[in-house]
This record gives sequence, structure tokens and C-alpha cells, in this order.
Amino acid sequence: MIEGTVDVLATRYAYALMFVVMGIGMYMMIANENLVKKLIGVNLFQTAIFLFFVAVAFVEGGSSPIVPATENPGELAMASPLPHVIVLTAIVVGIALTAVGLALIVRIYAEYGTLREDTLREVRADE
Amino acid sequence: MSEVAEMLPALLVAVPILLAAVPIVLGLRLERTGWSVAAVTTTALTAATVYLAAAVYETGRVVHVLGGWGETENRPQGVGIELVADEFSVLIALLVTITAAGALAYMRAGGPRGNTFYGGYLLLVGGLLGLSLTGDVFNMFVFLEIVGLATYAMIAAGDGPESAVAALKYLILGTVGASLYLIGVGFLFMATGALNMEVLGEAIPQIAEEGGSDLTLLRAAFAFIFVGFALKVAQWPLHTWQPDAYQHAPDGVTPVIAALVSTVSAYALGRIMYNVFGPEFLTATPYLTEIVVAVGAVSVVAGSTLAVIQRDVKRMFAYSSVSQFGLVVAAYGLVTQTAFVGAVVHLIGHGVMKAGLFIAAGLIAVGYGARTVDEYAGLAKNRPFAAGATALLLIALVGIPPSAGFIGKWYIAVGAVQAEAWTVAAVVFLSTMLTIAYAARLLEKMYFTPATPVESPHPPGPVAADGGEPAGRDSIRRGSPEAVSFGMLAILVTIALSAVVIGFAGGAFFEWLEPFTSEVFTE
Repeated sequence: MIEGTVDVLATRYAYALMFVVMGIGMYMMIANENLVKKLIGVNLFQTAIFLFFVAVAFVEGGSSPIVPATENPGELAMASPLPHVIVLTAIVVGIALTAVGLALIVRIYAEYGTLREDTLREVRADE
Repeated sequence: MSEVAEMLPALLVAVPILLAAVPIVLGLRLERTGWSVAAVTTTALTAATVYLAAAVYETGRVVHVLGGWGETENRPQGVGIELVADEFSVLIALLVTITAAGALAYMRAGGPRGNTFYGGYLLLVGGLLGLSLTGDVFNMFVFLEIVGLATYAMIAAGDGPESAVAALKYLILGTVGASLYLIGVGFLFMATGALNMEVLGEAIPQIAEEGGSDLTLLRAAFAFIFVGFALKVAQWPLHTWQPDAYQHAPDGVTPVIAALVSTVSAYALGRIMYNVFGPEFLTATPYLTEIVVAVGAVSVVAGSTLAVIQRDVKRMFAYSSVSQFGLVVAAYGLVTQTAFVGAVVHLIGHGVMKAGLFIAAGLIAVGYGARTVDEYAGLAKNRPFAAGATALLLIALVGIPPSAGFIGKWYIAVGAVQAEAWTVAAVVFLSTMLTIAYAARLLEKMYFTPATPVESPHPPGPVAADGGEPAGRDSIRRGSPEAVSFGMLAILVTIALSAVVIGFAGGAFFEWLEPFTSEVFTE
């Protein structure tokens, strides 16, 4: 049982890491009262997914997915290029999300003068 | 099929996204060009979608492979990115373009102004069309996020700071939903090595038959995708962003968001469930359909119960959306042809009715100053057209025939009986009762409660400036009917009438979807 767990962790550590990072991100999102830190949590959550895709693309002994012009492409062992492209797109989406989120936080700060969610709740309840 | 029709899916997505920059650029020189650009674009998109629908009716599916990366001898299918217009997606695309064009009639006088706003609006339309036409699971994620980003910006366009808080809440939850979907896509890719929906649809039954670790991956993929969409579609208990977002969005924006954003996400869920995973996988996996049905059924009951206790009208309609989408999800879980058609009809009918109800709520807030249920008192006497249209839409939402609400519920109920899922049949009945509970409250206020005394804006005698009643308190001030433009009233009446007309079109929907459903449900 323990040996099996160690074995899985040794070979699949990237997946284990991904779920740990994802959990930390999720926890930050829920437990942190600071809105900026919440957004950092969202980012961490997304980054974990990017790591996951990169881990999926890994091929044992494979090179980076750039095909040299001289060699026969059929015989090369390469990492799968598709997940990399996907992750690039997803990173761009993530940046856009962060930008919009930060813009909203700036607006909230300008209106309420606080970044903390519990204070925000009190201020809004008073109105 | 004609070459024009083959180009259209790409143009429908690209044109609004590219034109989103035009109002901002023009805005450097000219003021208030945004509305005109948006109106011309959405009208043109509506015409293009109608043409595409006609082409789909004649020749079946229209597939556009971007960049000419289509299937060739040494290139298998699914390498290029596909946009697919079939009977199902064209129906949703029509709803998107027509609602987007129609809502502008309200926004002309009542909605948020500014060129940047209309830039975001066109981005939203482009994202929604992309989400409905895409044939690739990863592109679905990208469009889901484009729709999300545009929606957050639309909601934050409201006047008060509350809208920014609501938008941030939606942003965090919406991102989690889309990210969970992305993990699901990752698992799908691990199991099959494909992202194209059609290729996936062929690969998944094979894997399901072989079993093994790939099947476990598929099940995990479905779980992540379903939870992700449950967040986007606002299923109980993941609905908490929706009431805030709908309530605090500007009055002109809520109809568009309520009618389209969650609807298109629900469409995407149906597309994934039936085109990618397929009915066989759904029925063969233990407890899968039961869980989907349970989530939907609980949402129906929870959503309508919460709607009954709301005082703010927009918030009440928002909770009502939770319950109506619950019906759609429950219908998806039944996996019968009739229930599926019912889900599609209900999606479209609900989109039309909710757009109408939120336009009515905005119009009444502007023209009558009423935002809570109590303030609707005496509306029928003072604003007969607005009250009549609202009443018609509410009755349609309850599901009194002939109306859009009835026909969808009828098919879902028949599908539930066919599948011998008696709880769903009972839930359809119960949801009707609960819908009556909140619709009747509003109807009673509008028609049978006399208006609360209105304080004149210019009270006789000296104006009390020393601590007397402030003359313009929100709860008693009544807006002027002049604030309601002809376009606002016209679009409301049109939507109310179309909600009735759709009620007669049940058979037509069934026939229209026949090629799609018969392909999906072949046993």
C-alpha cells in the first residue's frame, strides 16, 4: 500500500503537484478576505491547470516539439505540441481575466475605500 | 451547398469581434456612434444567420474548417479547427442574433451609453455566436471565457458601485467554472488524443466499450465538465452569482445577459453531453443520469422557492432563471428524444420570456419608478401596455397554453413519462405551482392593488428644507411615462406576442430538430 503510493508519487508527481497547487489556489479564493489575494488565488488555480496540460504533453525521452529540417520527422520522439498551444491560449485568456478583475477591484476600492471583503460587507450592509 | 453559406459560420464569429473595435476608434472623433454601429452589425448578423439557417434546412450541416485545414488524404479529420452549423446550433445562433438586435431597441433610449460599452456588447455577441457554432471542445473554452469577460464588463457598466462587486463575484466564480471545464477537456484529451467534437463522439463509445483506465478518465472528464457548466448555467447550489449579477447589471443589459449568457452555456452543456459523450455513455455510466436529473430537479425547487420570497423584481426573475434552467438540465438527464427537444424548446422559450420580463422590469423602473413587488401596485391602471405585456409574459412563464413556457414543459413532462422518471414529471408540475406563486404575487399587485399615494414632485406650500419629508424619496417617486421611448414599448410588446407565437410552434421545433436528434439517438 505504502510502496504503491510512493511509486505513484514518484512517477506521477506532476499530477500530484497540480492538485496541491489547485487546492492552495481554491483555498486562497475562499478563505482570504483581501480581494487582490482572492484574485491571486484564481491565478494560482489556473496556473495549476496549465501545469497539468504541460505534464500531459510530456513524452519520456522526447525532445521539444521543433522538427529539425534534416532529420526524418517520423522517427523523432517529441513532446506533444498541441497542449503547449492550448496552454498559450489559456494563459492569454487568464491575463485578460486578471486585468478585468483588477480593474473591478480598483473601482471597488475607489467607491468603498477598502479591499477587505468583510469590511466591504459591513459597508454595504449599512447603506 | 453554396460557398456563401460555407463562409458564414466564420464570418458570424469574426465580424462582431473585429467590429467591436470600431465604436472605440470612431469614438475618438465622433460621440455616440456606438449604438448605430451595434445596430447595423447585429441586424446584418441576424440576416446572415437566417440565410445560414435556410442553408442548413436545405443541405443539412454546414461545416467550415478554418484556414483550409480540412480533411485530406494524409491529414485526418479533426486537425483543423471546425465551426459547425447544424439544426441545434443554428437555432441558438438565431436566438442570439435576434435578441441582441432587439435589445438595442431598448438601449437606444434606456440603456447604458458610450462607445466603449457598445464595443463590449459586440464582443459579447461574437463570443456567444462562437460558443454556439464551435465544433471543438477547446475553442468552446476560449469562447466561454470571451463571453465571460464581456459579461463581467457589461455588468460593471451599471451606475452604482454594487455592480462592480457583483461583477467581481461573477468573475471569480465564472473563472472557476470555466477552469473546471478546461480540466475536463484535459482529461478528454488524455483519454482520446482529440479535441474535435465529432472525432471525440466517435472515439468515446469505443473507449466506453473497452473499459480500463481511459474509461475512468472519461468519467472524471464528464464530472469536471458538468460541474463547470453547472456553475455557468447557475444550478443550485452554484447559482449564488446570478441574482447579484442580474440585479445590479444596468437595466438595458440584464435582458441580454439573462436571455443569452446562461442559455448558450446550457446549450454548450447539451452539445457536450449529446454530441461528445453521447447517449450511450450517459446511460451506461452508473448514477450519471441520476445525478444530472437530481441537480436539475433540486435547482427547480430551490430556485422557485427563493424566487417566491424576493421583494426586488429583478432579483425574483433571476431566481426564477435558476429554476427554469434546472428544468433544462433535468431534461438533459432524461436522455430521451422528446425530453431533449423539450429542453431545447424551453431554452429558447425561456430566453425570449426572460428577455421580455427584464425589459419590462427596466421599462417600469424608468417609467413608473417601481423596483420592488410592492411598488408595482396600480401599474395596470397607470401604464396599461407595460402591465399587459408583463402579465402576458408572466402567464407564459407559468406555462398556461398556448405559450412558449407551456410547450417546453409539456415536452419535458412527456419525455419524463416516457423515461418513467416520475420525480421529474412531479417536479415539472411542482415548478408550475411555484411559478404561479411568484407570478401571481406580481399580477395581484399590478391589477388588484390600488396605487400607493404618490407625493407630488412640487408639493404645494413652502418646500420643507428643514427636516421635512424629502420630496423625492425613491419609494414614492414615480417616473414619468415620457422617459419610455416608443422603441422600448414596441420591443416589449413584440417579445410578449412572440412568446405566445412560439407556443404554437412546438411541432415545428420537433420537425426542425429531427435530423439532429435522429442522428444522436440512433439505437
